[in-house]
Amino acid sequence: MHPAPSVIIFTVLSGIGFGLLGFLGLGFPSVTGWVAFAFFAIAYLLAVGGLLASTLHLGNPQRALRAFTQWRTSWLSREGWFAVAALLIMAVYGGGLVFFETSIIALGWIGAALCVATIYATSMIYGQLKTVPRWNHWTTSLLFLGYSLTGGALLSGTTTIATYLLAALGIVQFVYWTLGDKRFVDRGHTQGTATGLGGLGDVRMLEPPHTGTNYLLKEMVYRIGRKHAQKLRVIGILMMSVVPFALLVTLDAGHLIGAVVVLLHLAGAFVTRWLFFAEAEHVVGLYYGK
Amino acid sequence: MTSLPTETAKKLGLVIDLDTCVGCHACVVACKGWNTQGYGAPLSDQDPYGESPSGTFLNRVHSFEVKPAEAPAQLVHFPKSCLHCDDAPCVTVCPTGASYKRAEDGIVLVNEDACIGCGLCAWACPYGAREMDQAEGVMKKCTLCVDRIYNENLPEVDREPACVRTCPSGARHFGDFADETSNVSKLVAERGGFDLMPELGTKPVNKYLPPRPKDQAVEEFDILAPLLEPVATDAGGFLGWLDKALERI
Repeated sequence: MHPAPSVIIFTVLSGIGFGLLGFLGLGFPSVTGWVAFAFFAIAYLLAVGGLLASTLHLGNPQRALRAFTQWRTSWLSREGWFAVAALLIMAVYGGGLVFFETSIIALGWIGAALCVATIYATSMIYGQLKTVPRWNHWTTSLLFLGYSLTGGALLSGTTTIATYLLAALGIVQFVYWTLGDKRFVDRGHTQGTATGLGGLGDVRMLEPPHTGTNYLLKEMVYRIGRKHAQKLRVIGILMMSVVPFALLVTLDAGHLIGAVVVLLHLAGAFVTRWLFFAEAEHVVGLYYGK
Repeated sequence: MTSLPTETAKKLGLVIDLDTCVGCHACVVACKGWNTQGYGAPLSDQDPYGESPSGTFLNRVHSFEVKPAEAPAQLVHFPKSCLHCDDAPCVTVCPTGASYKRAEDGIVLVNEDACIGCGLCAWACPYGAREMDQAEGVMKKCTLCVDRIYNENLPEVDREPACVRTCPSGARHFGDFADETSNVSKLVAERGGFDLMPELGTKPVNKYLPPRPKDQAVEEFDILAPLLEPVATDAGGFLGWLDKALERI
């Protein structure tokens, strides 16, 4: 799949933003006044900035409000509702902390649950697609929730939880890659089933339908960079999990180490999210012999 | 609404005969021609006369080689357009309701005024039947020529999809699959019509007819062949001497 920068930025940033909002909703860290304002500002910048970035890849963003109408069937629509609900509830909760020094605990919990629901809905946009076997698995949701919670824990300064989450996320990411590598073949999609001609013999593409490229090839048969996938996997997992974990375990987490850990994790998350898209194989490639 | 109808009164669709398709791409051209001037936004091209042309098409013809284990390879031309699936995954993922499947005849359409161009429906389609128009930013797909098949301003003979109307080898057939007596239902029953990627559970309405098995060359096909075998395998006499002499040179 084509790794569109707008979608990578959206999923990484808004994921971390909602993760941080979730932690704030649960009272990690327990802050009020201007400190609370700073935390909430960062969370909203990430969450809302990410959502805005996602509209950049739309063909007609001026109609984006229509995306709220089909929540009965569409995970993309549900994501929109959960996101708006989470942002509104957390605004009220955050307003209480910043301006009135009051924590409406129930509201914080509801807001945190909505943040998790938002991330889950985002993950299901990809996880629901049977056409992309690598994504079409419950571990996609686990992965997205893992990135969100880890990022949120790091940004909220909840160091102990963040340390555990960094380790867990590294394992989840590794398992996700290992399981995902086999799934396309395991599902049995071949040029034979795609054309229905598999019963007659070995099917091979002889001539593509067009000499140039097209939307399908650019969007769904993206193959550039797959040859570096293994190197990028190692770089990604080192930056987003192993090194930050080692730093937090061995050093006292001050602001400087904290900042280094957050930046490392974020950079690593961009690498692995790029791979999430670039490595995903769509079944339509079978019609093009790929 | 992006909920799928539980049942459609008619099931309009195409039968594509892989046995008779000659791969001329006339259906591709006819489709582009009709649909760039009728329903919705035109089908734009990018850099059409330049170095790297590309464009929006609703129907494309792939060509495959099929190699049976014990027979010569055979060439199969493979036209592919929207299959108007009964369980269309492209419809349910649409966040705006722009994509829908009509309850009256089962045609899957895009309301372009509501399409935000997110591209999720194209991701959900296994068959590559949807292409985002790069000029308009809306999703384009086969409409089964909805503006022809019901169009009373056209002569009756033209009230079928442009691809079917133009096919010179009669490889494309249009009809109602809900009606067991229709031409398409009979063709599917007689010729063993099949689904593409049935393992994905999309329940396509369009069916493909398999290429008929080719005649195989039998080993002893000429009754005179035994009489034409070489008479002498180890030649003696003058010819034998000549053979040896020539080999020595």
